[in-house]
Amino acid sequence: MSIVVENISRRFGGFTALDRVSLETKPGEFLALLGPSGSGKTTLLRTIAGLDFADEGHVLFDGQDMTGTPAAERRIGFVFQNYALFRHMTVAENIAFGLTVRKRRDRPAKAAIAAKVAELLELIQLPQLGDRYPAQLSGGQRQRVALARALAIEPRLLLLDEPFGALDAQVRKDLRGWLRRIHDETGLTSIFVTHDQEEALEIADRIVVMRGGVIEQVGTPHEVQSAPATAFVSSFIGETNRLPVMRRDGAAVVGEGLAVLPDEARGHGVGELHIRPHDVELAETGDKDALAVTVLTARPIGRSGRITAQVAGVAEALTFDLPVAVAAAAGDRLGVRPVRYRIF
Amino acid sequence: MSGSNPTTVESPWARRALIGTGFLFLALFLFLPLVMVFVGALAKGWATFATELSDPDALAAIRLTLLVAAISVPVNAVFGVAASWAIAKFDFRGKSLLISLIDLPFSVSPVVSGLIFVLLFGAQGWLGPWLTAHGVRIIFAVPGIVLATVFVTFPFVARELIPLMAEQGRDDEEAARSLGASGWQTFWHVTLPNIRWGLLYGVLLCNARAMGEFGAVSVVSGHIRGLTNTMPLHVEILYNEYDFVGAFAVASLLASLALVTLGVKTVLEWRFGIHRAGAAH
Repeated sequence: MSIVVENISRRFGGFTALDRVSLETKPGEFLALLGPSGSGKTTLLRTIAGLDFADEGHVLFDGQDMTGTPAAERRIGFVFQNYALFRHMTVAENIAFGLTVRKRRDRPAKAAIAAKVAELLELIQLPQLGDRYPAQLSGGQRQRVALARALAIEPRLLLLDEPFGALDAQVRKDLRGWLRRIHDETGLTSIFVTHDQEEALEIADRIVVMRGGVIEQVGTPHEVQSAPATAFVSSFIGETNRLPVMRRDGAAVVGEGLAVLPDEARGHGVGELHIRPHDVELAETGDKDALAVTVLTARPIGRSGRITAQVAGVAEALTFDLPVAVAAAAGDRLGVRPVRYRIF
Repeated sequence: MSGSNPTTVESPWARRALIGTGFLFLALFLFLPLVMVFVGALAKGWATFATELSDPDALAAIRLTLLVAAISVPVNAVFGVAASWAIAKFDFRGKSLLISLIDLPFSVSPVVSGLIFVLLFGAQGWLGPWLTAHGVRIIFAVPGIVLATVFVTFPFVARELIPLMAEQGRDDEEAARSLGASGWQTFWHVTLPNIRWGLLYGVLLCNARAMGEFGAVSVVSGHIRGLTNTMPLHVEILYNEYDFVGAFAVASLLASLALVTLGVKTVLEWRFGIHRAGAAH
């Protein structure tokens, strides 16, 4: 199913959670809403689910206006960060819930529900645990049950709010890959909210980067990494060194003439230079297109050596990855040439 | 390292003295009076005890007390669930005002609570003349007693449930809604099971107070024997008439109720680990 969000705004008192947000998904797509807390990503997800309602704007499912439709009538699967399993029901009863509350004429027969539950328990790889109560399961198991419960109603759309947020690192990693496989098997359009860029980069088809109630960029993991649309996206996703520059006549000047770099965008005035740690090479200290830095620390990481270094006139220390062959030590002066960079 | 720290570890002697004082205090002010109630009730033997309790006026008082509790407890259970549902699961204007209002009966003297109803419905009250003209009696009649009891006991269930429901949040309800459950199904299958032990606990306390309420009921009742006397009022009348055995016999029933309430409450706490988070009264 395809979802269209049109100019959605949502305010809570004086706080603007969403400010005229528009978004389109393709059928079968796996979309990540990524952003820091307060960016509006959860509000957007809840608005799509019908658990929250926008002050302005529209939500369309396959072209059909769902803006005022309550969650119960949207046929969506929603997975909560804290699982929200019904603690007084067994795992099997939890999974069957969405089917047992249906009106009599739409409700499958008891045997059909039991078969569906068994099938889903198989899918989440917990076939033996149908009779357990949620309190008897681990966090990862609970989240898998929550997913099975959401899938039981054969939703048109799967929405997940920080689905791995409450789990420890190793379980998160395992479940991530597993979730992606479930998505591929079911072919459901899925949207999940996360503040963990690694998670978004690893499993999403496209990433929606949000901040302060607006969408900063929508793109594939490759796009948001290699061609960040804004300074925020560039610094939020992956590691970035940021330096103030003056832009004039197609050149960006770092510090007071310390280094001059070509500025293809030909901006003017004060700008911010973003360089990823690995997008540099060693240069002579006197080179005009290189930064003269003083090494603060140096240690090998994998096949490169990571150095932190200081540039005169910039308060924050910079981080660069250089070949291990470069034997840098604290106090050394080096020339570092940015090979790829962006100016905002 | 010497293991003892004089600021946090008392000497065994001091500990024993403190615990002993505590127990002595409890024995003197709680246990002894309770025992005296039963001793007084049985002072002239079981036969007299039984005679006193089967007195028509005593039976009428017991019946009225049960009737009042049977009305006010369900009313307050429904009200308490509705109010705490609204307060814990929704944000709306005037929410803190509603919370304060729920606490009002706890902060007002029961006598004043009774007087409010006399002022409203009494012969000289705001609605008194109209009620008299239509032949409706509220004050010095059963309706007034029920109203006063409902007023005095209405915080118990709500106070018990508000913190419980607030702690549980809205996720379970939202999950149920997203799975297609109606509002009523969500309440019945998800919300109610989540709060059942807290609700039972609140109902228990509400019932104990409904049966034991004296002040507010005393103001509106009129103390008509066999008609508007509840058990606590009947105890007072008998006592004032120097019928000590009769007074203690009825009082022993109320004391037994308290013991049963305490017992059930302890079992509930032990069995289900209910956290008391509401205001204790």
